[in-house]
Amino acid sequence: MNILVVDDESDMETLFQQRFRKEIRDKRIDFFFANSGEQALFYLESHVHEAVLILSDINMPGISGLQLLKMIKQKYENPPPVVMMITAYGDDENYKQAMQLGADDFLTKPIDFTLLKDKLNARINGKDSGS
Amino acid sequence: MTMSIEPILAFILIRYLRKNLKTFSPDPNWNKLFTGFLYAIIALFVVEVAFHLSFILVWIWHVLLLAIVYVTFTVPKFERTRPVIIAVLPFIVLSIVSDILENFAHPFYLRVESIFEFAFVAAITLMVALLVRSSRQVKALEKERQKTLAEEEKRKFIAAQNEKLELVVAERTAEITMQKDELQHALHELKATQTQLIHSEKMASLGELTAGIAHEIQNPLNFVNNFSELNSELIEEMKTEIERGNLAALIEIADNIKENEEKIMHHGKRADGIVKGMLQHSRSSNGQKELTDINALADEYLRLSYHGLRAKDKSFNAMMETHFDESLQKIQVIPQDVGRAFLNLFTNAFYAVSEKKKHSGEEYKPTVTITTRKCKEGVEITVRDNGDGIPEKALDKIFQPFFTTKPSGEGTGLGLSLSYEIITQGHGGDIRADTKDGEFAEFTIKLPA
Repeated sequence: MNILVVDDESDMETLFQQRFRKEIRDKRIDFFFANSGEQALFYLESHVHEAVLILSDINMPGISGLQLLKMIKQKYENPPPVVMMITAYGDDENYKQAMQLGADDFLTKPIDFTLLKDKLNARINGKDSGS
Repeated sequence: MTMSIEPILAFILIRYLRKNLKTFSPDPNWNKLFTGFLYAIIALFVVEVAFHLSFILVWIWHVLLLAIVYVTFTVPKFERTRPVIIAVLPFIVLSIVSDILENFAHPFYLRVESIFEFAFVAAITLMVALLVRSSRQVKALEKERQKTLAEEEKRKFIAAQNEKLELVVAERTAEITMQKDELQHALHELKATQTQLIHSEKMASLGELTAGIAHEIQNPLNFVNNFSELNSELIEEMKTEIERGNLAALIEIADNIKENEEKIMHHGKRADGIVKGMLQHSRSSNGQKELTDINALADEYLRLSYHGLRAKDKSFNAMMETHFDESLQKIQVIPQDVGRAFLNLFTNAFYAVSEKKKHSGEEYKPTVTITTRKCKEGVEITVRDNGDGIPEKALDKIFQPFFTTKPSGEGTGLGLSLSYEIITQGHGGDIRADTKDGEFAEFTIKLPA
């Protein structure tokens, strides 16, 4: 499965690669990284046919995570990619907005990688079992 | 002829002496004596006229006149009267000599009588002339005395006036001194208030920053925690691989640990820098200029400002465009002061775009652009926002203290005036505003190298 991580912190890439090194080694997950909403949209343009799960930060310069979420859900309707929001601002308002815009999940920073792994595994397995 | 003149002369002279005495050196004893003589003269004169006793009394007149002359010339008190006495002296002497001759050498007297008559006329003429002269002198003296008196009077008057003036001046001086003290006190209080206001402004902006700072620190801390957790895991894996004797895997794990260690260090330092920056911001400036990378300083405060606003207003978002001239040389500035000025301009810019966003459609892209470049004077920093701009009539007031266009409670009105002070007075630079109503506001700072 392809997972696109969108975060303006570039070290997120190293962190994810290390945290998920087993999954990467086992070729269960392929990670792609975008440092901004704009980069994420650009990536999606060229990988539109690949099954993609998106993990996006909300608070980024330029296109914010919520705007990105809205655009993705509007543009890619069939089937809409799974978008999970990961943010340092875990307040109600942010959560409600994300859910309204169709977020599939909402996680707060610091990322609980055990929880994230479980959720991702569930998605992968669910998808596997579904197909 | 001498019969009627001598008593009158004696009378006049004694009166004259008495008057003179009264005017210049009053003496009750002499005065009494003179008064007594005056009465005596009148009495004797009456007796003389009534009983024709002139043959006896004439000698009394002579003695009296001689006594007057004697007194005048022996008592120092009567020195002033001497000129008058000298004037009458020839007449007195002549009169005595004439009487002696008439009574004791009558035949001789008869022979020289015409000479005596002539002498009498001469003596009287001389007497009158001397008396007139003396009287003139006395008058002149009196005039002089009056003048001196008038002057003395005038001097006294002036002295009194001066004294009054002195009093008034002293009063005024006291008043002015009091006013000066009051003003000084007021100035002192104003200065204290100003210091306090500057401090509050700093604290207010620190408050705005807190959320931004928290966010900025949270990110590196998350990395530190994550990478150190990872390293623990990796070390466990390492142990397993050691047991297996898988050297290649071990080297790979060791490389990973090293890489993670570097990340830990990097993010630890990042958090450290943020905390230091925060401390610097709250600390009062120590006024020390140091070589500073303006690009890095602007970037740091741009992030803090953005996150600060983001924390306050969850829906807030803006494009940050930075055009940093990488070839910019470091310049001598007080980093926390210039940082504060930057922060202010950034916060204002973000505020402006977020306000415009509230009444604009989807197509509006709130954008804050920071540009640095070299200029003739040194370094130029431009902060431009595509907000609503500054109203024309407010433009020349924006750098005045307490001027704010924000709703009450939202701004102290000190931000831009402090920024202005920091840039112009603190660094000898220049800050200018340019705007187009409804389109943009642009602040340009020039800092000398």
